Amino acid sequence: MAKNDVKVLGAWPSPYVMRPRIALNIKSVNYDFLEETFGSKSELLLQSNPVHKKVPVLIHGDKPICESMIIVEYIDEVWTSGPSILPSDPYDRAIQRFWAAYVDEKFFAAMKGLRSAQGEERKAFLDQVTEGLALLEEAFGKCSKGKAFFGGDRIGLLDIAFGSFLGWLKVTEKVNGVKLLDEAKTPGLVKWAERFCADAAVKSVMPETEKLLEVSKVLAAKMKGAPPPKN
Amino acid sequence: MAEEVVLFGVRGSPFTCRIEIALKLKGVQYKYINEDLDNKSPLLLKYNPVHKKVPVLVHNGKPVLESLVILEYIDETWQGYPILPEDPYERATARFWAKFIDDKCFPAIFKSCWGEEKEREKAVEEVSVVLKILEDELKEKKFFGGENVGLVDIVAVVIGFSLGVYEEAARVELLNKEKLPRLCNWIDDFLSNSFIKESLPPRDKLIAYLRNYYRSDNASK
Repeated sequence: MAKNDVKVLGAWPSPYVMRPRIALNIKSVNYDFLEETFGSKSELLLQSNPVHKKVPVLIHGDKPICESMIIVEYIDEVWTSGPSILPSDPYDRAIQRFWAAYVDEKFFAAMKGLRSAQGEERKAFLDQVTEGLALLEEAFGKCSKGKAFFGGDRIGLLDIAFGSFLGWLKVTEKVNGVKLLDEAKTPGLVKWAERFCADAAVKSVMPETEKLLEVSKVLAAKMKGAPPPKN
Repeated sequence: MAEEVVLFGVRGSPFTCRIEIALKLKGVQYKYINEDLDNKSPLLLKYNPVHKKVPVLVHNGKPVLESLVILEYIDETWQGYPILPEDPYERATARFWAKFIDDKCFPAIFKSCWGEEKEREKAVEEVSVVLKILEDELKEKKFFGGENVGLVDIVAVVIGFSLGVYEEAARVELLNKEKLPRLCNWIDDFLSNSFIKESLPPRDKLIAYLRNYYRSDNASK
C-alpha cells in the first residue's frame, strides 16, 4: 500500500483529528499527515470538505471522507485485516455508537462551556461535566466487562471517541483548578485513561498537555473570534 | 424464536417516523407505544435514563437509543431490504448526509417556523442554504440512496414530510420550487413510496396540533 494513498488533513491539537489517526494506527496503515495552518484553510481542505470546510478529512486515493466518527467507521470497514474497532454484535455496536454520540453532543458541549464560562455559569457546566463523567464511568463498567477498554481487550470505537478528549480534559483541569477524573469518583476511568494514553496506537498522536495548554491560552485570547476548525 | 420488537415514539415526530419507515421496509412486526412527552411513561424513563427521549427501540428487552443509531441497528439485525449501501465509501457518504440533515437542516427548519421571533428570519436564510446543498447532492438520482430509498431518504423525512407540514402550520415559505426542482421531485417520489406513506402521521391533525402547541397563548414546552 503506497504511503501517500492515505492522507489525513488535520491539526495536531484537535481531538477530532486524533480519532482517524488512532484508527489508522490500530490498522497499521501508513498515511501522510497534512497539517493545516492555524487560522487559514488550505485549498485541499476546501475542495475535500466543501460543505463544512473542517478537519479532519481522510483522503483515500482520491476520495475524501469527512466527520471524525464517520471516518473511524470507514477505516474499520475498509481495513478488515487489522484488529476490529467496532464489535461484531449489533447491540454492542449500538451501545458504542450511542455513547460516542453522547460524548460528542452532551459531554463535549459541557466541557467547552466549562472552559469559557465565568462565575455562576462555571458551576453549572462543572456539574454537567461531573455528571457526564459519572455516566461514562458507569458505561465503562458495563462495556468493558472487567477488561481494559470500552472495546474490551483492545481499543474500540468508544475508547477513540472519548479518549481523544483526554488531553483537553487535562487542560480543563489545570485551567479551572479542578480534578475531573478522580480516583474516588471515577476510578475505572482514571485507570482506563492511563492505559489509553499509553497505548501504542495513541501515544504518538496524543499531544502533550503542556503544549495544549499553550494553545488553550492563544484560543482564550482570541475567544471573541470564531472557534478553531474542528468537527 | 419469538421476537419482541417495541417502538416507543411520538406520533408526528420525524425521528419516530424514521424508525417506523425502516421497520416497515424490513418487514419487521413491531408494537408501537405512543408517549406523551409532557408525561413520560416509567418504562420510557427506565429504557432511556440518559436522554429521556423518543424514539427508543426495544428488541427482546434490550433498548436501542438515538434514531441514527437505531437505523444502523435495524439494518444490521434484519436482512432483506438494504438501508445502507454495501460499499464503505458509499456508506460513509450516506452517514455524512444523514448527519448533515440532523445537525444542520432540521434545526434550521424547526427554528424558522417555531423558534423565537428574532431567530426566525436568520433561520429561513439558513434553510435556503442547506436545502440548496441537498439539491446539489441529489444530482440526477431519484433518491439519495439511488434507485431506491436508503438511509439518507429515511432520515430526510424531516424534509420530505415535516418541512411541508411546518410550512403550512406556521405559514412560512421555505421550499422554493424554482430554486429546488430536484428536491421537489424527490419529495413527490418520497411521499409516493408505500412504506413511507404508511408510516406518516395524518397531516391535518399534525398541523392543528403544531399550531396549537407552538402558537397558542398558553403554549408550554
